[in-house]
Amino acid sequence: MTREFISGNDALAQGVRLASPKVISAYPITPQTTVVERLSEMVGDGSLDAEFIHVESEHSALSCAIGASAAGVRTFTATSSQGLLYMAECLPYAAGGRFPIVMMNANRSVALPWNIYGDQRDSLLLLDSGWMQAYAQDAQEGLDLALMSYRIAEDPEVSTPFMINLDGFRLTHTYEVVEVPDKESADRFLPPFRPIGSIDFKDPQNIGFSAGPEHNVFFKYKAHRAVLRSRSAIAGSEKAFSDIFGREYTGLIEEYRCEDADHILITLGSASGLCRHAADAARSEGIRAGVLRIRYMRPFPAEEIAAAVSGAKSVSVLEADVSFGGSGAVFSNVGAALFSAGLSMPSSNYIGGLGGRRISQGDVRRIFSDMAAGKTGVRFIGIEEGLQ
Amino acid sequence: MRPRLVDPPKFGSPDDYPEGTSFEAGHLTAVNSGWRRVRPEIDGGRCTGCLLCYLHCPDGTIIRNGRTVAVDYDFCKGCGICAKMCKAGAIKMEKEHA
Repeated sequence: MTREFISGNDALAQGVRLASPKVISAYPITPQTTVVERLSEMVGDGSLDAEFIHVESEHSALSCAIGASAAGVRTFTATSSQGLLYMAECLPYAAGGRFPIVMMNANRSVALPWNIYGDQRDSLLLLDSGWMQAYAQDAQEGLDLALMSYRIAEDPEVSTPFMINLDGFRLTHTYEVVEVPDKESADRFLPPFRPIGSIDFKDPQNIGFSAGPEHNVFFKYKAHRAVLRSRSAIAGSEKAFSDIFGREYTGLIEEYRCEDADHILITLGSASGLCRHAADAARSEGIRAGVLRIRYMRPFPAEEIAAAVSGAKSVSVLEADVSFGGSGAVFSNVGAALFSAGLSMPSSNYIGGLGGRRISQGDVRRIFSDMAAGKTGVRFIGIEEGLQ
Repeated sequence: MRPRLVDPPKFGSPDDYPEGTSFEAGHLTAVNSGWRRVRPEIDGGRCTGCLLCYLHCPDGTIIRNGRTVAVDYDFCKGCGICAKMCKAGAIKMEKEHA
């Protein structure tokens, strides 16, 4: 193990190196670029024994990964924003084919207006693509997810592609001290890839077939069931990770001062640390505040969220996403979870950080004040006008 | 060669299905010709066995049958390309029975 002062993208690339994928296919896009630059350097200098395929588009990047995964090897790709949307057609292909590809997505705004900075509208737009989705809060978690994601995705009960999300620039380009495990420990943690069905001349298979109306639904049902079953693979992976590397993760959500909280703010990604500081500040002003960080959007932690907020007087969701004319995707998922659990406390949705706009601690403290004052509805941080 | 038309394995519950879209190849599990309005009829007396129809059939439904040919009506869509291609006038498109 070494301690290194590196960026989120560098950390992610180190995690991928330790997972030893055999094929990496990628197309560069800001702010993902340095991930694949680092990986191509590793392939170039021999520190990673993999085929690095420079493709002509993101659509090809994922198509290539699907082909390589079907051939039975561990694969990696990475993208962001417009690139993710350009490869969108291939995402349900990978999920329906149950290819356990790992992809890093640098969360970035989507056009128009054109913008290269971070928000979560790209990945949340593809929440329904069938992939597991995890959101890191710092560079270390990015590296650790790179290792854990393969173990989860390749679990035979799961066999589903995995998207690791890092907030663009705030995580991808911020330098932190990161513990980089040694290869021997990584190999102990991550067993070799054993595909559930791949190209094999001794056992010919029809791969990626069609299924008509009678049979199609069973494949969708099984893909859904597989993502639900990933819950135990995630728990097992985190337990093994903690045993070998000593770092503990908390499953699909992470709670901060939620036990006795009256007002719980739910968020995901790099804003979580800011929200925890704001919760401490709100408590010093007499508001019993808590923060619930969503680590996984798929599988969605509906029961965990409902259990964590069941004693709260109000719930709010802060996310860098909005579905025009609706609400943020995270809020609509959380709302369904609370409704299903029979919870009906006042709730609100704060849209913040779109196009990379800074969210301040004052902004988050105002959210807690608004919650204490009983405000509800969908609101944009920094725009006072209420929405009807 | 005509693909095997086989009864699919009994699929009753999700666990009868493969995990992912990967399964033993070589199965055609259902006939696929329900929308045909006309069908090619081979006149074995006129057929020279030149196999132009066999080469041009977009669905691979012309089968060699001795020195002449036959049609696989389980998969023929009735497009009529074989009749158009036949120089010997050995294929006539006849109305499909109601």
